[in-house]
Amino acid sequence: MLKKLVDFQIGETGQIKKVEGEGKLRRRLFDMGVTPGAVVTLRKKAPLGDPIEVNIRGYELTLRKSEASLVTLEMEESNQ
Amino acid sequence: MKTFALLGNPNCGKTTLYNSLTGSTAHVGNWPGVTVEKRTGVYKKGSEQVEIIDLPGIYSLSPYTSEEVVSRNYILDEHPDCVINIIDATNLERNLYLTTQALEIDVPMIIALNMMDEVKKRGQNIDSKKLEKELGVPVVEISALKEEGIDLLMSRAIEVSNKKRDGKTVIKNNDLLHLIGDIKIAYKGMNVVNPLFHAIKLIEKDEIEVEMHASLLPMVNEFEKTFNDEMFGNDFEALIADARYNYISESFKDVVANSSNQKSSDEKLTKSDKIDKVLTNKWAGIPIFLAILFVIFHLVFSENLFFLGRLFENVTPSFAGTAYEGLIWSETGIASPGVFLQSLVTNTTDLLSDLVAEGLSNAPNWIQGFVVDGALGGLFAVASFIPQILLLFLFFAILEDSGYMARVAFILDRIFRKFGLSGRAFMPMIMGFGCSVPAMINTRTLASEQEKDATIKVIPFFSCGAKLPILTAIAGAIVEFFNVGNADLITYSMYILGMVTAIVTVIIMRNTTKRGKVSPFIMELPSYHLPQFKSLMIHLWDKLKHFIKKAFTIILASTIVIWFLSSFKWNFSMCSELYDGSGEFVGYNISESILHSIGSFIQPIFTPLGFGSQLGKYGWVFVVAAITGLIAKENVIATFGVLAASLIASGALSGNPGAIIGDESGISSTISMIQATGITVPGLLAFIAFNMTTIPCFAAVATAKSESIKGQFKWTLLFWIVTSLIVSSLVYVICTWWWTMFIAIFVAFIVGFVIYKYNKSHPANNELA
Repeated sequence: MLKKLVDFQIGETGQIKKVEGEGKLRRRLFDMGVTPGAVVTLRKKAPLGDPIEVNIRGYELTLRKSEASLVTLEMEESNQ
Repeated sequence: MKTFALLGNPNCGKTTLYNSLTGSTAHVGNWPGVTVEKRTGVYKKGSEQVEIIDLPGIYSLSPYTSEEVVSRNYILDEHPDCVINIIDATNLERNLYLTTQALEIDVPMIIALNMMDEVKKRGQNIDSKKLEKELGVPVVEISALKEEGIDLLMSRAIEVSNKKRDGKTVIKNNDLLHLIGDIKIAYKGMNVVNPLFHAIKLIEKDEIEVEMHASLLPMVNEFEKTFNDEMFGNDFEALIADARYNYISESFKDVVANSSNQKSSDEKLTKSDKIDKVLTNKWAGIPIFLAILFVIFHLVFSENLFFLGRLFENVTPSFAGTAYEGLIWSETGIASPGVFLQSLVTNTTDLLSDLVAEGLSNAPNWIQGFVVDGALGGLFAVASFIPQILLLFLFFAILEDSGYMARVAFILDRIFRKFGLSGRAFMPMIMGFGCSVPAMINTRTLASEQEKDATIKVIPFFSCGAKLPILTAIAGAIVEFFNVGNADLITYSMYILGMVTAIVTVIIMRNTTKRGKVSPFIMELPSYHLPQFKSLMIHLWDKLKHFIKKAFTIILASTIVIWFLSSFKWNFSMCSELYDGSGEFVGYNISESILHSIGSFIQPIFTPLGFGSQLGKYGWVFVVAAITGLIAKENVIATFGVLAASLIASGALSGNPGAIIGDESGISSTISMIQATGITVPGLLAFIAFNMTTIPCFAAVATAKSESIKGQFKWTLLFWIVTSLIVSSLVYVICTWWWTMFIAIFVAFIVGFVIYKYNKSHPANNELA
């Protein structure tokens, strides 16, 4: 199932399929490891709901919801 | 001497390695044209001395931040003899991404695999021999923290630096390699150095590269048309980023896969996660942050530590009767570390001033005045800020180094985005309540120049510690003389006014001169770790050196100019001396000074502010006090004292100058000013507002100058002058005729509407700047 990162619930994991956006913003996402194929887990949301914190490529990354809406992922089947 | 450059991600231990390599030879400066710190030093323990350049911590060699551009240009143009790429072994995958780019440059390179001890602690291992074989450059395991493996690293680096190395790429896609090869050949023909790096950047349509070598772009475009990857189409930027990450995860599968899965699959929480659970908690996160902030300010600025003051009401102050009376405790309570250090410095400098004055008692008056009031006065005024500035710095450096500052940005981003700033901007602003100097230096952590510049401009509006005496003295005088209001309430409202001014001006700037979208907030949240004592001290020492250099140059010079203007007449003879009733010397008659003439001359400008022409003969006192406030804001009220004495001496006022100057609260001298000028309450409020929002003290001005990008500083000065005139006029006019508020709201609405309409029809073109 495809889902945008912005719509993830805390604890959900998925594999990146597509990264939208343009120019420097997209470049930045790539540089920080947000590229197709990477596995992302939503760790938490900031106290005011935005930005969000994800685990990607073994480290913690924070990004805003507006940026998370550019990332589409294939949901991983929950095995819990 | 050979030059080695340190390259690596932020938080990879680069600074720690740099500190242990260079020791006391470290030197901090700025990279030309940008306010990115340039740190250089010399490594002396090896077979030969090597100059070490610490490049800014970056994630990529793309031209996204000024740090990335600095590092990239340095390696490309300055040709270091060797690049030491530091890699955080606990986060191999992302760290190697930068490595894959650096490998493309024709420069000798070596990899320092840092934090291997941490990896082993987690029960993992990284085969550094395999890494070395795969990457084709030496890999040395080190622990920067424990200073292990550093000598081996350096001796191998020296070895490597003797051999040339050609850039190599990790991209495996054959079609793409073909194109890269073609462009590389073309570049070689054009005598471009580092052809491989440039070729790949051109294919990525890298901004700087496209600008530099536009002539070859058609080649890429031509190829793009024929190319179609099943996943990425002809999106080369994505393709190349993906190729790099793919290479990393495939070549180092056993290592990388192990380390990244450890965290996500293994549900055991690391220590860092546990801390984070509390500090960024949905409910507790913001209250905890506010509490931490309160404790810091309390430790730095409180004269009543832990609110134990009541216990000390009837206790004799410490060191009673000496120059250091009240140093540790006084009737108000125990001094906080910040206040203790500050009193220690000011008491000592006061003693020194007295000694020097005594020593010069036979010298002509102007020499005495020049040395004691001009030169020493200026230096000591700066010295008195230093302890609290450094302490504030120390606390914020601890928060930064521990990794908490990134979380603060995470917590607060939502609020600040509304004003067109990111969560990072909060720290410098809140530091402004303590002192603008460290606050402005702290703007270095902001991502975009636009944001940084806007933040520097509004920092003085967060009323600093030195402005508090102005507030309390005038508020006290208003209550005592006019019998209206409540002093605390007035003080509090003025603080709010400053903050509102900051928010409004930021919003206006972000919609007019500093347009552009809010910079993206895509940031690593590093693991928490204990800050290192050594690097904290090195950091503080750097700041202290920087500040002292400023104090002896720009601040000293400006102070002497103001001193001269306030103590000399136009014929360059000194103003007459003033004595109080008991024959005690209280100062020079500033009413005869050049500054008085200047004050009278520009006084009409302040008419809309309520302390201009309408105050008549003595109205200039407020202008003069505001000007002396440029040395240090404490001077505003001190000048009132001298002015009161001078007005009494000239017969304009009655009273005992000794008693007025002796009143440390400044309320009596402010009342004298009210009596002499007949200024109204709105006029006084406008005067407070003016001092809060106008040009800050010289120390802050000097800092703003060195932290601003080239050419911006003059606009910052103009911004402060214009803002203070507008804000104070509004305060005066609205407080005098309340109904004018509606006019102000109406005008604000119209202005807002015009800006909105204009922006709608002229969209900002600087996408993310």
